[in-house]
Amino acid sequence: MKIVIVDYDIGNVRSIYSAFKNQGIEPILSNDSEVILNADGIVLPGVGAYSHAMKNLKKYNLINILKNYAKTEKPILGICLGMQLLLEESEEFGITEGLGLIKGRVVKMPIANTFQTKLPNINWSALKPNFLKWDKTILNNISLNSEMYFIHSYVAKLDNENEVLSVTDFHNVTFCSALKKGNIYGCQFHPEKSSQIGLKIIKNFIKICR
Amino acid sequence: MKRKSRIIARLDIKNNHVIKGIHLEGLRKVGDPNELARKYYNEGADEIILMDAVAAYYDRNNLSEIVKQACSDIFIPITVGGGIRKIQDIQTALNSGADKVAINTQAVHNSNFIREASQIFGSQCIVGSIEAKKVSDNNWEVYIDNGREPTGINVKEWAIELENLGVGEIMITSIDNEGTKKGFDLELNKIISESISVPIISSGGAGNISHISDLIIASNIDAVAIASILHYNIEELSTIKKKLNEYQDIHVRL
Repeated sequence: MKIVIVDYDIGNVRSIYSAFKNQGIEPILSNDSEVILNADGIVLPGVGAYSHAMKNLKKYNLINILKNYAKTEKPILGICLGMQLLLEESEEFGITEGLGLIKGRVVKMPIANTFQTKLPNINWSALKPNFLKWDKTILNNISLNSEMYFIHSYVAKLDNENEVLSVTDFHNVTFCSALKKGNIYGCQFHPEKSSQIGLKIIKNFIKICR
Repeated sequence: MKRKSRIIARLDIKNNHVIKGIHLEGLRKVGDPNELARKYYNEGADEIILMDAVAAYYDRNNLSEIVKQACSDIFIPITVGGGIRKIQDIQTALNSGADKVAINTQAVHNSNFIREASQIFGSQCIVGSIEAKKVSDNNWEVYIDNGREPTGINVKEWAIELENLGVGEIMITSIDNEGTKKGFDLELNKIISESISVPIISSGGAGNISHISDLIIASNIDAVAIASILHYNIEELSTIKKKLNEYQDIHVRL
């Protein structure tokens, strides 16, 4: 099985690589169109600024390749900023267009940032179900209230509530912490940094790719 | 509402050994960095901080191999600090698998470095590290070079400045309490945690579980970095977290 981690010079791909390896799969790091299109599943990583990430995807001519890959309905997993890139646009430092695979936009965490509500949201926080069932998804067999590692200041606001796979609380805000549209998955948290429970999510994704 | 806190294992490293001193001085070897990091990961640490204890002094950071190894078998966030002076040093740490870098000395020498680093890598991966020494009531001074050099800068003002420069988190180490196992400087932590609106990691002083619970309840800190209590096997990390969760006002991940 071929799982490709999209390599576009952004973020910490070594940890994602290690997490897959820990689950028995040696992933391929690549930005080559053929390698990506032939993959059984791809992971879109990302940390840092939205516009910088989109610029790099453009630099490696990956935007259309990722869109074409999505049309094949093979599994995609966007992690953190990688999940946000799946949406139509982000308001981080002005409007930046995203991949548009998921209807919706990325907005600043809707909360006044004070010493009692510190941003970025750097926390281990629980996932809660929304409308979608978790069976046969990346959250299959993940027990309720399992805590994942989050580090972000922006959140994905999806147009279709039924693409929200899980939600998570930050003070009085409830945001989308995982999404699913067909075989397109995204998680705002870092499964590769969420200890044993995160590795289970990686394992679930591998199963979906088989 | 319960106060949430991350419990972070801090490993200060010199020549491939985890070391521990008192007031950041008089360093003593306590174990192998990768073995200890793995142990604390297995016991439920929320993060690991790896600090090159002599890097700032000798102008280098050579934790890359330790970080690479740690990142292949530890699946929680890893922060690397000590001797980060150039943009390339950050890139090297991140390429080795670090999620965040902690910067102290170079931030004081050149505050623009923080602005540049957070623009390039994103605020979320830049931790402003402050070493604080009390000079008088409600007044702490910033030290650099791993607690060796005074700077004349006021800690509270510097914390606010670091936030403005773009750090995503601040780690504050009390030099007075560091390694003493006598508890945290509660006043310092309260004042700083109510002056800034980025998460704060508090370090320096944990000797027993109630020191940690006192800190979490008394201030608005977001994470606690502990060292001696773990390295000297005073309490296991899993026991610490379990007992903290028994407090009505505290929540940690189990």
